[in-house]
Amino acid sequence: MIFLGIDTSNSPLAVALVKDGTVLIEETTNLKINHSLTAMPAVEEIMAKAKVAPADLTHIAVAEGPGSYTGVRIGLTIAKTLAWSLKIPLYMVSSLKVLAANGQFFDGLVCPIMDARRGTVFTGAYDGLSLQEIIPDGHSDLKEFLEKLQQYNKPVLFTGIDVSIHEATIRDAMGDKAFFSAPQNRLPRASNLIMLAKGSEPVDVHQAIPEYHRITEAEANYIKAQEGQSK
Amino acid sequence: MNEDIFVLGIETSCDETAASVIKNGTEIVSNVVASQIESHKRFGGVVPEIASRHHVEQITLVIEEALKAADLAPSDLSAVAVTEGPGLVGALLVGVNAAKAFAFAHQLPLVGVHHIAGHIYANRLEQEMEFPLLALVISGGHTELIYMKEHGHFEVIGETRDDAAGEAYDKVARTLNLPYPGGPHIDRLAHASDDAIQFPRVWLEEGSYDFSFSGLKSAVLNYMHNAKQRGEDVKPEHIAAGFQNSVVEVVTTKALRAAEQYNVRQVIAAGGVAANKGLRTSLEAAFKEKGIPFYIPSLPLCTDNAAMIAAAGTVMYEKGIRGTMKMNGRPGMELTSWTS
Repeated sequence: MIFLGIDTSNSPLAVALVKDGTVLIEETTNLKINHSLTAMPAVEEIMAKAKVAPADLTHIAVAEGPGSYTGVRIGLTIAKTLAWSLKIPLYMVSSLKVLAANGQFFDGLVCPIMDARRGTVFTGAYDGLSLQEIIPDGHSDLKEFLEKLQQYNKPVLFTGIDVSIHEATIRDAMGDKAFFSAPQNRLPRASNLIMLAKGSEPVDVHQAIPEYHRITEAEANYIKAQEGQSK
Repeated sequence: MNEDIFVLGIETSCDETAASVIKNGTEIVSNVVASQIESHKRFGGVVPEIASRHHVEQITLVIEEALKAADLAPSDLSAVAVTEGPGLVGALLVGVNAAKAFAFAHQLPLVGVHHIAGHIYANRLEQEMEFPLLALVISGGHTELIYMKEHGHFEVIGETRDDAAGEAYDKVARTLNLPYPGGPHIDRLAHASDDAIQFPRVWLEEGSYDFSFSGLKSAVLNYMHNAKQRGEDVKPEHIAAGFQNSVVEVVTTKALRAAEQYNVRQVIAAGGVAANKGLRTSLEAAFKEKGIPFYIPSLPLCTDNAAMIAAAGTVMYEKGIRGTMKMNGRPGMELTSWTS
């Protein structure tokens, strides 16, 4: 049983191979290079190093989003095409949950943060011990989300590379309930992705699409215009 | 060894998700196109992010259908060809990454194809190419005259300096309140019209094979604006016919002059606007009169498709050209001659 995991949902790139529960190899880069240039070469490279041929793969796991639309699409396109080509099952895991796994065993809530501009973020809250979803993933106004978090009255560990952008706002709102993971623990790890995938059900490969958590601007404007007309 | 070459083509540069299998570069074994036009209609044009989202939804289904219809297994293929550019970057990336993953999974050679080279090679699926030849590529994104000495040699001798012909068609159509995509509607209106308004022909400098359509587009818009100010009623078909006459005359004249100057043995047209009836009729008549063989692919091969990508990709494959796992989508890719 050999799992290949791919996460390209934000600027870091994470790939890993896990064989029968043992991590064979994993690679995380944080170089902000276009994933289209690096994702398949990274897959090719770790498989060559681990002496795993494409036909040896038995499962594929991919981070489904949210994140950069283009980034998520590159990973998902690669993952679904590999799974379909090799006729092996595909697993999709929330990109936020992959980050939350960096804070597993924190006694409180773990809150992964992805910047979504204009004071908004993609985020959710996970139980630090079980990684159960406490507040579902979504696109939120950061300040409103922090108000919601405070109601749990628990320590919260914030993680993800975009935490640095919002650290001041978070400290202001959360005070001494806010904890921040160390920089080396803010990057996604594809080995975590694979371990999370193992606890889930495979998806229909053809139907697999990213979890964007936000409609496109064109659609939002279109809906607004339609509503304006019907008033 | 005289084995047949089967190439899988993948095209996602704009709003069609397409896959096709081509035998020996000339024979269509399967050709699948999932169009998104219906989804983009409500926005009056292609929305890049939405196009990219649809490509991810369709990509493996379309490839699977192309292989099924061809009754071939991946191991029967010689190579995978994919549109590398130009086009919408997010859209290109879906095809490119699917092609890379597929090629990697089956350890097949990968070939990155220029979209316009694809449009030109669409002709080879119906009529063998004879060199030297002149290709007129005319679509929503392109208006180019390309001289080819031989397979894989491309010399752009003329191109648009502003709008592509198809772009001008869509803009004029929008002003006439015609639905998207507007080209076919203008063609239809023009065809049925009993009169035509006289709009300018833009020839640029003497001897130039370049095109310019934005001035014509503005002339149409001004004419309509002025008529409205004067409270005059303008028949849309007269506008459509006048606009189309101008485009057709300029394109036909320049293509004909280029064909004669370069002394080509064949002229081929390609691209979505090549499906335009008015243009087709004019080009056919002009080249027939001069005795120069002229071909336009049938309609499904004029619009974006993957058969043309596989057709061009086959020749590239035979020339030993290979892409790597580092292949990127190249929105501004230039058409250059093929050298391995």
